[in-house]
Amino acid sequence: MNAPLRIPLIVGAAMLAVLAGVPLVADGYGLSLAINILNYAVLATAWAMFSGPTRYVSLATVAFFGIGAYTVAVLGEALPWPAVLAAAALVGLVVAIVVGLSTLRLAGVYFVIFTFGLTELIRQLVTWYEVNVSNSIGRYVFLDISQEQIYWQLLALGAVLFLATLLLGRSRLGFALRIIGADETVARHCGIDTTRAKVLLFALSAVFMTLSGAIMAPRWTYIDPAIAFNPVMSFQVLIMALLGGVQRLYGPLLGVVPLALLFEYLGANFPNHYSILLGAVFMIIVYLLPNGVVGLARRLRKADRPASPAAKEAS
Amino acid sequence: MFIDALFSGITLGGMYALVAMGLTLQYGVSRIMNLAYGEFLVAAAFCAYLLMTGLHVTPLWGLLLIVPIAFALNWLVYRFLLTPLVKRTRTRAALEVDSILATFGLLFIVQGVMQVTFGGNYYSYSYLNEPVRILDSVLALNRLLALGFAAVFGIGFYLALTRTRLGTAIRAVAVDPVAARLVAIDVRWASALAFAAGGALAAGGGVLVSMFLTFNANMGVIFTMKALIVIIMGGVGNVLGALVAGLLLGLAESFIATYVDPGLTIAVTYGVFLLVLLVRPTGLFGRAAR
Amino acid sequence: MLTSPLKSLRLLGAATALSAFSLALPAHAQDAVTIGYAISKTGVNAGGAGITTIPNYKLWVHEVNQAGGLKVGAKRLPIKVVEYDDRSSSEDAVRAVERLITQDKVDFLLPPWSTAMNLAVAPTFHRYGYPLLAGSAVTERAPEFAKRWPNSYWLLGTGSQYAEALVDQLAGLRKAGKIGDAIAMVSIADGFGIELATAARAAFQKAGFKLAYAKTYPVGTQDLAPIVNEAKKLNPDVFIAFSYPPDTMAITDQARVLGFNPKVFYTGVGTAFPLYKNRFGANVEGVASLGGIDASSPAVKAYIQRHKEVTGAEPDRWASLVTYAGLQVLQQAIEKAGTLDRKAVSAKIANEEFDTILGRINLKNHMVPNMLTLGQWQNGEFVGIEPASHAGAAKLVFPKSAWQAGAASR
Repeated sequence: MNAPLRIPLIVGAAMLAVLAGVPLVADGYGLSLAINILNYAVLATAWAMFSGPTRYVSLATVAFFGIGAYTVAVLGEALPWPAVLAAAALVGLVVAIVVGLSTLRLAGVYFVIFTFGLTELIRQLVTWYEVNVSNSIGRYVFLDISQEQIYWQLLALGAVLFLATLLLGRSRLGFALRIIGADETVARHCGIDTTRAKVLLFALSAVFMTLSGAIMAPRWTYIDPAIAFNPVMSFQVLIMALLGGVQRLYGPLLGVVPLALLFEYLGANFPNHYSILLGAVFMIIVYLLPNGVVGLARRLRKADRPASPAAKEAS
Repeated sequence: MFIDALFSGITLGGMYALVAMGLTLQYGVSRIMNLAYGEFLVAAAFCAYLLMTGLHVTPLWGLLLIVPIAFALNWLVYRFLLTPLVKRTRTRAALEVDSILATFGLLFIVQGVMQVTFGGNYYSYSYLNEPVRILDSVLALNRLLALGFAAVFGIGFYLALTRTRLGTAIRAVAVDPVAARLVAIDVRWASALAFAAGGALAAGGGVLVSMFLTFNANMGVIFTMKALIVIIMGGVGNVLGALVAGLLLGLAESFIATYVDPGLTIAVTYGVFLLVLLVRPTGLFGRAAR
Repeated sequence: MLTSPLKSLRLLGAATALSAFSLALPAHAQDAVTIGYAISKTGVNAGGAGITTIPNYKLWVHEVNQAGGLKVGAKRLPIKVVEYDDRSSSEDAVRAVERLITQDKVDFLLPPWSTAMNLAVAPTFHRYGYPLLAGSAVTERAPEFAKRWPNSYWLLGTGSQYAEALVDQLAGLRKAGKIGDAIAMVSIADGFGIELATAARAAFQKAGFKLAYAKTYPVGTQDLAPIVNEAKKLNPDVFIAFSYPPDTMAITDQARVLGFNPKVFYTGVGTAFPLYKNRFGANVEGVASLGGIDASSPAVKAYIQRHKEVTGAEPDRWASLVTYAGLQVLQQAIEKAGTLDRKAVSAKIANEEFDTILGRINLKNHMVPNMLTLGQWQNGEFVGIEPASHAGAAKLVFPKSAWQAGAASR
């Protein structure tokens, strides 16, 4: 194993050990909050895994999350739990590959809104199917899965995701993707099969989103398309990841943790003025942190070494 | 039956175009992906409601009051909230990200203010909800009126953008802000103008749809999303494109509802949208550039 | 030694975490009853919650505190409210309820708005032993849920109750030769609409009616003209829409514009709202829907009056009353138990009788017994029609008179 990988791995393992202990000390609400943060951490990191290097902004997060949740709703009582998860991952993978292949010609905002439209289309088709074929719209998830188990599963998923992203960044595929992100034409001229690289990565990130939806589903008892495919979630993930910064592995986390806590704090203490305060805080953040939290950290680090010419340039 | 479907599709499409046109100006010219767009639209609807029920000012007179105020307000928003972002970003992509984040905040503020003022309740009033008979088909006058305004705005803005000096300048900014500066166009002023005009159009749309739609403080997002679909399908920055795309979506919806299954209408509009993009990746009237 | 950015980040994190948790510390001297609820103040559910649920919570707390508080044993304890916004998201609702229970340590919880939300939080209520008196959930599986979570009450009942009340009424009309066999029915493709439509379909089949038109439309449909057009062409005697408030308005509007005048005109949620009457004025006469009130009951009249005075708006004529009755049950159960012990209170809810605005009721079935399930606008009031055995039930006005032009009051 090469040296640059060792430090993040050790830090990661230590954090994992600490986080694994949370359910032992947290009460119901603490655990709930931790699950929420973990869920968004997985989604935002998976989102950045594709969108960070390629700069394609996707609003299809909740499409995959919802597919995962729905797979559980349909198969949850018919198959053993690991098989349900595997089935969810498979469905997510297939959908992602089809979507990936069909969206390749789109760029910029056209891709953004396409992925949004696609999510809505999936939601509408699921609704239509449920209404006309199943004759009922909601599905019930009565599985014997405790909150602690949900937490640990999410944590494991997060760990695998981090490991995968870490390895990806050091692989040929990761390098190819960074070139694509910088300039797709150049990448093509370098002999990179851009299509294959993008679709592979999109599918990989989608599988993680699907799995997180599947793991979360037992929390709600009742699932209908409006709940499973709620577009607000796609936006929230996008915002959290952008705010944290998508160029670094830990960037999305720096967006997720403070924002999730902020949402929680404002929602709990100002239930009637939540929106106004959230909006105001949000705008302030955008004006004060031009490059996300990662950018702030970098700026502060540079300010530590005033002699560095880069610092002058940046300011 | 065919005629009914045709007319109801055209009126619905007119409404879609009406709520989308402002955004195509704001995004196409000023490069502000304004996520708070629908909130401004709903705010205008509330104003129309208050004028109508409180002061008995009909929505059409209300337009004369609300649209200029919206223009001024949007100008101020651009001038004071968005100009700092425009100044600090170097690339178009960076401005896009920044404007998404900032207007996301703005969305919550406007929505929150409406929430505090009006609560979450539904609001609705009735104005010009009279039947009009055209070729054996009956339509509501207020919806027909919205269609008329959409056509006037769409064609009017199209002519203004293509036939006047000011319009040409604005289009130049839309195509290439850097080069526009080289030919002595005040880019920031043109952008502010386009943003304000877009906001005014949104307000006009809000007033008009409030005549027949039931709304509440949380419905802005629905309009933003619909508008996004329409402007992307029409091609960013193209007002006429928005009109055509809106009509296309309206017709698709109404024909599916009449001949196939009303349960599939929204699925079909998204299906049409996705198909158009797959065939023409930059929309119906979009330019090929990224 | 920490580098400065790391240090400041850590400080920031610690401060955020601290403030998030410290403010949630319970003030738990037993000089008040803490009542908590998480409800949709924003998002797609805010419209429904804002009319049916939130005003009733406000009204009830206001009334109890004006009277000096809840009577617990010998003492009167004022109500302290902890409220959160679930932002119309199931996940947020579950988390908010857990927060209310484990952080704020509330004595009792009030339910959220909508079937889906109540189902989402029901397991959490159950796990911590809180009674759930859901006043805005219609579900066919209510009896099954009552078994699964013994302290859950699904006051609004099942979809079949409403569908069967309607079909009974129609069967009577057909027997009298007033209407034919053909029915046109549309429903919204969402939990409520599908539940009702499925139940109605079964009931119609059993009663030998023909569904000449039966379609669903998706949430967010902004033009219902094609649907109403289609229904009108079939010229049915009966038109039924299991719709949500915005579509209820749009369908009524469209029917009026098109001059579509079936003998029975039935629309869904929103019909019993005061908004409906404000919008359509005299044209509401004869429109039928779910719910309805016993207009002869002084308790109901007084309730409407108080609701108007305290919250500034009239209640809707269906779920509002049931929601309020649920609050009355909770209050009386606490007072009967004489303690805030949730087990004791739950036992009272399960076994006692209560004086509510819906009359003297018990919840042995986990639903409100003998509830008005079919109503109609008559002389400016939305009165109950079915079950006919209900006190104060009115007779159906038949046929519904034709729409008038320009009758809307504003």
